[in-house]
Amino acid sequence: MAKISMIVNGNPVNANVDPRTLLVQFLRENLRLTGTHVGCDTSQCGACVVHLDGKAVKSCTTLAVMADGHEVKTIEGLAADGAPLHPMQEAFREHHGLQCGFCTPGMIMTAVDLVHRKGHDLSDEVIREELEGNLCRCTGYQNIVASIAAGAKAMAKSDLA
Amino acid sequence: MYEFKYHRPGTVRQAANLLVKNEDAKLIAGGHTLVPVMKQRLASPPHLVDLSHIEGLDTIEMKGRSLVIGATAKHADVANSAVVGEAIPALAELAGQIGDPAVRHRGTIGGSLANNDPTADYPAAVLALGATIVTNKRRLKAEEFFQGLFSTALEADEIITKVMFPLPKKAAYVKFRNQASRYALVGVFVAKRPSDVRVAVTGAGSNGVFRVTSFEEALKKRFSHKVLDGMTVPAEGLNSDLHGSAEYRAHLIGVLARRAVEAATAKD
Repeated sequence: MAKISMIVNGNPVNANVDPRTLLVQFLRENLRLTGTHVGCDTSQCGACVVHLDGKAVKSCTTLAVMADGHEVKTIEGLAADGAPLHPMQEAFREHHGLQCGFCTPGMIMTAVDLVHRKGHDLSDEVIREELEGNLCRCTGYQNIVASIAAGAKAMAKSDLA
Repeated sequence: MYEFKYHRPGTVRQAANLLVKNEDAKLIAGGHTLVPVMKQRLASPPHLVDLSHIEGLDTIEMKGRSLVIGATAKHADVANSAVVGEAIPALAELAGQIGDPAVRHRGTIGGSLANNDPTADYPAAVLALGATIVTNKRRLKAEEFFQGLFSTALEADEIITKVMFPLPKKAAYVKFRNQASRYALVGVFVAKRPSDVRVAVTGAGSNGVFRVTSFEEALKKRFSHKVLDGMTVPAEGLNSDLHGSAEYRAHLIGVLARRAVEAATAKD
């Protein structure tokens, strides 16, 4: 077993884990943060994307022990419980950027990372290129792209990062 | 995934000692190749030695006339580095085409080279630019480092610490990606160096990355995509699989080499 401690959604977390525990397993099974999904489990679909020290990573391909001492943010950490949604979440709701919703947490975490890196004025071309690592099997992406473009703009006027 | 013991050394020397002490131990940095193969139980190392917490191992800097990239520099770091963009823009562009944004936040140059996947991008750059791979024990030239499919000159307790790239006069990388995996179906890196021209191909060779000397000689006489018109590469020894036949890959090598030379000369 390995002792790990990290900050998850702003809260310090300590645990004793088997070193082979994946970060996504740790989040879902130990911390019960089940908003992060396991889709393909082969680092391709992006349903498991979380932020590690502020950068989008695939938590199904990251060991929990490797996140020891670091900061993790999941979809649950974007906006407080009961508070208004994060502007990117709100944009997905407004523009109907989902159908079944399975890929949505990963899409939103990827989108927020994209805005942090490339700013608030994103062309459709840039959004589509940046979504390379996130698969959606329902929507055909059209509304997801529209949601991200709108969410990126809305983030400029919001206090939520 | 099978059980393993996890080690986190603070220095390269400690990491090397852990490799000596623990038979069949594997190094991990970004884990974006090793974790997937461990999940599939294609690899089951009893010990993992994590390099990701060793300070200073991911530095990117100019040293004399060489661009020096630390082994644990991530693909996103290389892609976005102002130093790389200034020194060898083709290398920054290559790093920005690996995998997807989340993968580029974790995968490292040292990991890619040590794994020597026949469809990885970095080996083409390292071979074409004539880079030197520096380990905790010695310096290896690119042509002696790569030794075929998933194999390198690295010894069991040897650790890549950095890669030194001499600056080319012109360079470009053109990749034809597998749309699903985003690995190179074929990728061609062309470098016009002070004394010669090198053309390195990844994704196509059944024995990993290789150079196309016939193209190199023609380009050395005149560095223009036109000299490659009509020149071909034999399909013999190239990969043939569900993604493309050996003949298709041979054809792509010619097309991509011409495009790479064109891109390298367009940057003037």
